[in-house]
Amino acid sequence: MIVGDSKPLEEILSMIEGREKVLVLGCRGCVTVCNVGGEKEVGILASALRIARKKAGLPPTVEEMTLERQCDPEYVEELADVADKYDAIVSIACGVGPQFVAERFQKVPVFPGINTTFIGGALEHGVWAERCQSCGNCLVHNFGGLCPIARCSKSLMNGPCGGSASGNCEISPEVPCVWDQIVQKMSAMGRLEELEQVWPNKNWLTARDGGPRKRVREDLKQ
Amino acid sequence: MKAGSNLEKVLSAGHFAVTGELGPPQGNNAEEVRHKAGFLKGIVESVNITDNQTAVVRMASWAACKILIDEGLEPNYQMVCRDRNRLALMADILGATALGIKNVLCLSGDHQRFGSHPESKNVYDLDSVQLLAAFKKMRDEKKFLNDKDLDGSPDLFLGAASNPFADPFEFRVSRLAKKIAAGADFVQTQCIYNMDKFRLFMKQAVDRGLHEKCYILAGVTPMKSVGMAKYMAKFVPGMDVPESVVKRLQGVDKKQQAAEGIKMAIEQIEEFKEMEGVAGVHVMAIEWEHRAKEIIEGAGLLPRPVVD
Repeated sequence: MIVGDSKPLEEILSMIEGREKVLVLGCRGCVTVCNVGGEKEVGILASALRIARKKAGLPPTVEEMTLERQCDPEYVEELADVADKYDAIVSIACGVGPQFVAERFQKVPVFPGINTTFIGGALEHGVWAERCQSCGNCLVHNFGGLCPIARCSKSLMNGPCGGSASGNCEISPEVPCVWDQIVQKMSAMGRLEELEQVWPNKNWLTARDGGPRKRVREDLKQ
Repeated sequence: MKAGSNLEKVLSAGHFAVTGELGPPQGNNAEEVRHKAGFLKGIVESVNITDNQTAVVRMASWAACKILIDEGLEPNYQMVCRDRNRLALMADILGATALGIKNVLCLSGDHQRFGSHPESKNVYDLDSVQLLAAFKKMRDEKKFLNDKDLDGSPDLFLGAASNPFADPFEFRVSRLAKKIAAGADFVQTQCIYNMDKFRLFMKQAVDRGLHEKCYILAGVTPMKSVGMAKYMAKFVPGMDVPESVVKRLQGVDKKQQAAEGIKMAIEQIEEFKEMEGVAGVHVMAIEWEHRAKEIIEGAGLLPRPVVD
């Protein structure tokens, strides 16, 4: 899923300064799962904004709404009758949400209430870790099911580098060295010699380096 | 001969080779490069010029290499994958070889998180193994990575680094083998302090015959003080400094620690000279270029051989 972090309240308050009627807009997709942008968080953020604005003598009108998803036009359309009533929409979906809302409704300014961080998963409750860089050409099966592109700090395909120590990455003892894990896993599977293959330079065209990506599925188009 | 560099000639003639290292200044002070180069002239086959070492911005490696050539020394152009994509790497090696640079050391590079600009965007388009393969292709096939022909080709003696002390140890020799398979003609190791572990590493490399496919130069960095030894043991990634090294330095008077460090380096080199598979030493006297001669001379490696 897409993992996000709430922006500091002060940053959101400063973004909406001077806007009278504000809508906090949540999303029931990924950000609900990682507890930063769902219905519950909409309530918490809206309350916090009301209290802070009231304290500062500013108009406290902050309303709440949560869409099924903000990355689908059919759900964004649910705002059609109400969008114009607001002087600001604070979207707490991933970075796609504010853009879809802003593209659909030309007049109302849309502000991001969260920072979109990475594609990852939950290691335990409240702990998420990056697992994918959406490079568009998955090769994890060659590396014991672990991704050196997303999880090695240097994206080394022929690693481990010379900075790996005690199973940790050179950038921090808090960051596991994925190449250490790849070697252990392949070794345990009796496949260590496969890692001696020299991986050629990667084709990054399928990644963000090839420009913004678009996928057309003719079979799904109407 | 791949490139006919002095380093390649000395190694292929079977001499025990010596390389040095010089870190360019954090500025454009050419005089500093000339000054440091003066200490290394005539005592090493070639000098590694680091490339934004430890991710700190410094004078471009190729430019410092050119200053060295003008001073009558031979450089080993270090190139890291951190700062450039494949276009820039290939362009720079063409430029560098046009300036007379013949040796290149292909490295991934320290992550920028440690350096002078931790907020920067890194590149790592290629890794060090892929960089070796790219330059080998340019040299041997006269082609770019896209298979298009080069106008001329870079004659290169290709180098790689190897750290026998990083983890996981069981893959270190495999990684060396990968670098050789990708094109490494010579390899310089990380600074060695744990001699037992290095002996084990070399035995594994020799058992696989890697020393016959590539020249392996053992890395030597003299300890200047107990403080340096402790710092390296604790903070430098992938560095293995045994307690015995720290203790030996602690055992002498503070004023004598530098001399003891040099003595230890000399003893190491004496051992490397006898070790199967070791073709030479890479003396990295970090910001201590002026003391490199004491070590090399002390190890009985002067004068350096002249090979035509």
